[in-house]
Amino acid sequence: MTQLIPLPVVIPLIAAALCVVTGRWLVVQRTISILALSATTVISIVLLIGADREGPLVMQSGGWEAPLGISLVVDRLSGIMLTLGSVMLLAVLIYAIGQDGAERNHVVFQSTYMILAAGVGASFIVGDLFTLFVAFEMMLTASYVLLTIGGRREQIRAGMTYVVISLIASTLFVVALGLLYAATGTVNMADLSRKMVDLPPGVASMFGVLLLAVFGIKAGLFPLFSWLPDAYPVAPGPVTAVFAGLLTKVGVYAIIRTQTLIIPPASRPQTLILVVAGLTMIVGILGAIAQDDVKRILSFNIVSHIGFMVMGLGLFSEASLAAAILYTAHHIVAKTALFLTGGLIEHVGGSSRLSSLGNMVRTAPVVAALFLIPALALCGVPPLSGFIPKLALIQAGFSQREYAIVIVSLVASLLTLYSLMKIWVGAFWSPAVDPPQGIPHRVGRLGGPPLMIAPTAALVGISIAIAIAAGPLYDLCRRAAAQLIDPMAYISAVLG
Amino acid sequence: MSILLAVTAAGLAAVGTYLILQRKLSRIIIGLGLLSHAGNVLLLSGGRPGIEPLIGLADDREMSDPLPQALALTAIVITFGVTAFLLAMAFRSWQLTHDDEVENDATDVLVAAGVIKSKDVLDEQLAEVEIEQEEAALEAVHGEVDE
Repeated sequence: MTQLIPLPVVIPLIAAALCVVTGRWLVVQRTISILALSATTVISIVLLIGADREGPLVMQSGGWEAPLGISLVVDRLSGIMLTLGSVMLLAVLIYAIGQDGAERNHVVFQSTYMILAAGVGASFIVGDLFTLFVAFEMMLTASYVLLTIGGRREQIRAGMTYVVISLIASTLFVVALGLLYAATGTVNMADLSRKMVDLPPGVASMFGVLLLAVFGIKAGLFPLFSWLPDAYPVAPGPVTAVFAGLLTKVGVYAIIRTQTLIIPPASRPQTLILVVAGLTMIVGILGAIAQDDVKRILSFNIVSHIGFMVMGLGLFSEASLAAAILYTAHHIVAKTALFLTGGLIEHVGGSSRLSSLGNMVRTAPVVAALFLIPALALCGVPPLSGFIPKLALIQAGFSQREYAIVIVSLVASLLTLYSLMKIWVGAFWSPAVDPPQGIPHRVGRLGGPPLMIAPTAALVGISIAIAIAAGPLYDLCRRAAAQLIDPMAYISAVLG
Repeated sequence: MSILLAVTAAGLAAVGTYLILQRKLSRIIIGLGLLSHAGNVLLLSGGRPGIEPLIGLADDREMSDPLPQALALTAIVITFGVTAFLLAMAFRSWQLTHDDEVENDATDVLVAAGVIKSKDVLDEQLAEVEIEQEEAALEAVHGEVDE
């Protein structure tokens, strides 16, 4: 079982190399990448089941024992994220192949996408902070290329901001690593967890805030999110979907992992996290309401919903962490589906600006259905998948008497409904105000090419499945949260 | 940590931060380089100082700590790659606009100025800004052809 651990990184990397070699044959490239991601998905599911049954799976790469070598660890949280990540990557890849446009035919698209997949996989399985830095860089460098792949003017403008801000975050990460190493003499997370207890509480809280800032930039927390709604909408449609669904969540994963594992409970900046979570929810959703472009509304929505996940961390109980993990799982699926539908709206209507779209409920009823289900799920309308994690978060908040954050989260949910209904009314119900800017595609009965509709429908299906199987899934998240609250199993699995 | 290294890191970080806050792309890129140097110096100073860490050269306790050096090397290589990418993007930006300045986002400018009262106004303004940008881009392209 432990031999499988490096495969979610190794398989996409080999596929990336093969895609470069077979650059002239698009069909071969596409077959290789679909096969690679399907294999990764299967392996991730096996790893998740293994980690759930046997406890954290550990592999010391190269035979170097921890804390000297690089430990690869899959516990329940990593397993959940890994599985969802590879399913999303696979769905978006199929969608990208189905969409027409110059970008998907670009000779580096497949190989860069595979490197992105490897980076995302690596971020979830590494057990030491420096390798986490390398994994982040792998993922981010691939994302820089994917964001600017057309070389269009607005892509270069937004890409510049994105690259510069990510580089500053990476530099901050290096600074944090340098200080952590100077203070403790290790970068292995399990080892850090043991040694941080000996540090003065003030120093440990400083590290908590520093790491929160580093990963907060990547996750898009208030006040560090300004690059996100600017950069995401200019990328090619499917690329935005994978960025929206996964990249910010890798940041959230890193925040949850470092705050629960490394920072001792007494020095955890919990109040700060709660305040930041509340402000992220409100500011993000107010930003969404002010916009008039489908992709920009959805991008601001991501910011707002990152707040919900971080709220679960800020409450820091088993129930709230379980809710946060389930929320993250639901959000990855629903958000990716929404962005893919956003791409379909653009495909059918020829524009992503609400004022140029209209009446799509009649012209493209399938797209309308594919939009409405994840949109309502995102707002937390029962019985869809957003309802259960939100209910669990609010219950956890009430039981810990944190009423302020609960009220803020309810208001943010209501405003989410408003912002998404704005898209619904603007694009699907009301007639178009302005003439379309681009060329609307002729649509058949499905409302788009089958290869674009099928993965979107599959994701909507998964979103519904999360709602149906919410009981067992919540139990799994609960077990994952228990592992986070009491990291002894993780530490002893790594250090032996 | 030696005071010299600390002062160097602080100085590099200060100059780097100042340069990043400029509007010219070339300055931002140089600023990022300096800032990442500051990070690397800090990383290096986290380890124990001493002579070269080669087995057999000296006693273990006299050797410097090799791990931060290895980490700094990795960080330098990554920054090098990303800086090269940034330079390529800056060149592309110069090709498109014939200017070294970071552009504003058209929608952002209008939202910030508080011009958006209704959707129609936004669309008109946005169209104007877009036309201006396209004209500038066209000029840039023609300029290139003329040269």
